[in-house]
Amino acid sequence: MQTPVSAPIEARDWLRRRSRWSPFEILFWLATLLPFIFFPTYLPLANQIAIAALFAISVDLILGYAGIVTLGHAMFFGLGAYFAGIISVHGWGEPISGLLMAGLFAGIIGYIISFLITRVQHLALIMVTLGLGFLTYELANALHWLTGGTDGLRGISTWPVFGQFRFDMWGYTAYGYALAVLFLCFLLSRRLVNSSFGLALRGIRENVKRMPAIGADHKSHLRLIYAISAAIAGLAGGLLAQTTNTVALDSLSFERSADVVVMLILGGTGRLYGAILGTFIFLVARDQLAGINPQYWYFGIGMLLMVVVLFMPKGILGFLARIVARAK
Amino acid sequence: MLRRTAVAAVLGLGLAWSAGAMAQETLKIGVILPYSGPFADAANQLQAGIDLYLAEHGNEVAGRTIELIKRDTGGPAPDVARRLAQELVVRDNVDIIAGFALTPEALGAAEIATEAKKLMVVMNAATSVVTEQSPYIVRTGVTIPQLNYSFGSWAYEQGIREAYTLVADYGPGIDAEASFAKGFTEAGGKIVGADRTPVANPDFSAYVQRVADAAPEAVYIFVPGGAQPAAIGKALADRGLSPPDIKVLAQGELTHPEALESMGETARGIITTFHYTLERDDAMNQAYVEAYTAANNGREPDLFSIGGYDGMHLIFEALEATEGDSSGDALIEAAKGMAWDSPRGPMSIDPETRDVVQTVYIREVQEVDGKMRNVILEEIPDVKDPLHGAAK
Repeated sequence: MQTPVSAPIEARDWLRRRSRWSPFEILFWLATLLPFIFFPTYLPLANQIAIAALFAISVDLILGYAGIVTLGHAMFFGLGAYFAGIISVHGWGEPISGLLMAGLFAGIIGYIISFLITRVQHLALIMVTLGLGFLTYELANALHWLTGGTDGLRGISTWPVFGQFRFDMWGYTAYGYALAVLFLCFLLSRRLVNSSFGLALRGIRENVKRMPAIGADHKSHLRLIYAISAAIAGLAGGLLAQTTNTVALDSLSFERSADVVVMLILGGTGRLYGAILGTFIFLVARDQLAGINPQYWYFGIGMLLMVVVLFMPKGILGFLARIVARAK
Repeated sequence: MLRRTAVAAVLGLGLAWSAGAMAQETLKIGVILPYSGPFADAANQLQAGIDLYLAEHGNEVAGRTIELIKRDTGGPAPDVARRLAQELVVRDNVDIIAGFALTPEALGAAEIATEAKKLMVVMNAATSVVTEQSPYIVRTGVTIPQLNYSFGSWAYEQGIREAYTLVADYGPGIDAEASFAKGFTEAGGKIVGADRTPVANPDFSAYVQRVADAAPEAVYIFVPGGAQPAAIGKALADRGLSPPDIKVLAQGELTHPEALESMGETARGIITTFHYTLERDDAMNQAYVEAYTAANNGREPDLFSIGGYDGMHLIFEALEATEGDSSGDALIEAAKGMAWDSPRGPMSIDPETRDVVQTVYIREVQEVDGKMRNVILEEIPDVKDPLHGAAK
């Protein structure tokens, strides 16, 4: 008699257990503060890593959790970047409201596009995301009067955060600001994936046909997560525009869409920390390798990727998790 | 908090000490270029120009030893260029930032030059506005309006009254179209049609057919270098649109020696405008070409190489003038109004705009000793960028 009553409580407990903070996580977030003290000359790079990690999280939400393979997510990154840049050029340089608007804008576009995305699967899905990415890129190129075309947008000036903290050349403000946004979005994403909604997404990823059978409206779930992911990507783009005062077509490029997927594969998909770790390793490796040899550093990245894919099929974090599980 | 302040103080002292110690010794130049990605070839040619200058003149000037620190942007990436400039200034403590093959990257880094008060030598990025972005920028390459505005008025003087423009649909192409049309129409000419082709792998036949249908006196063409010059040359020849039936005008990339080789006979009679002519008969130029090809496995210098070469010359001369003082303010003052003889011909830096002033060469493809070559028809001396101060 008791089992049917206690079952839902157990599920809630299970979710609660999954969302409990482990000491590793707290250590990890404390470690993100280290650059301020020990590596102040690396703050611009740290800023770029934080932004790319946020973008990687947005892709992980749809690719790693909901199983939507995308090669065109830079379109939302770029939309956010251009939105934040353009309103700043036209006189509104307040960073926080500008950033929120950029995220909202990308999210709305993402929601509209999600109706198309949820209609297709597999190869067709890759083609559609790829095509949309290229279309947005060409659109930005054609709207020369608005976006500056290939020359990039000129005249962005971001006001100090809270009217207090100017974006300095060392990058203290830039990294602090980007890190705060990354952390907040991470909290939101963590909450999402450890909720029943997150479980439903994983169900969709594993077997889309069975989801309607258990009464889940998988299409509306997919639309929602796609819009959320687009909004987070837009926030990442907005951050880039605000902290560097530059936006150009590369923010919409295929390379950006592809690089983020590489970062995810490096770190491990379907794990939020995998997104962050992969970004960190990719960008630090790139920075170091390019410093050693500016011409042929991509060779090193290629080797790294091959080693990871061959020996750690679930990414670096998946590999570490397996070692920890074995040790227990 | 105390700890952080202490760390910052120690760090600041360290930086101040190392900066002081370095004043007598090395002078660091951060070179920011797209060494990898689609523009890697341009970056390598530019770097070869820099290297040649250093090889010829040694790496010591005014008691300072020059050290280059190369950084790769990986393509047109203004945010990366900006970050690299930031890092070069705060981490590597460079005295001068240089390079910049692409306009968006120069625009991205400009703010850092202003904030750090460092001399920024733009060696190629060719959009007019670049030098307006910071008072510390000086350009040693070329600007697209500089080449094409004077070309437009020259075309009118030659008796051409109607022209059709066909340009690649991206920043440089649009700039070229606008400035050629401006020079041409201000002189009294008429643009009878304008088309834009996609930047990557276009099929020119449809576009060239439209030009043929319009049957203008002349067609002005701008395409990026690489495989496109030969493709458009062939498309023009296929439709009977070759000189002398129609005048073909273009910016110099179209008839660069490597392009001429693949275009062959179809190139005959094409008229181009450029600031550097490889074949120009001049002792300094010949020595430069010879040394460059010897150092680069027979590869000939192009517009990127000369931008890098003259950029280094400017840095050397400015340091001589300031007697080794590498502060941005001193160097930019020294650079203003500087004039010298380059392998490209006489050139100078406009004291007001800090932009390059140079001779523009109008060349025609003719057969010389059985080979197609660019033969200089006319030299227009001391051409300034016509857009500075005009549009904002």
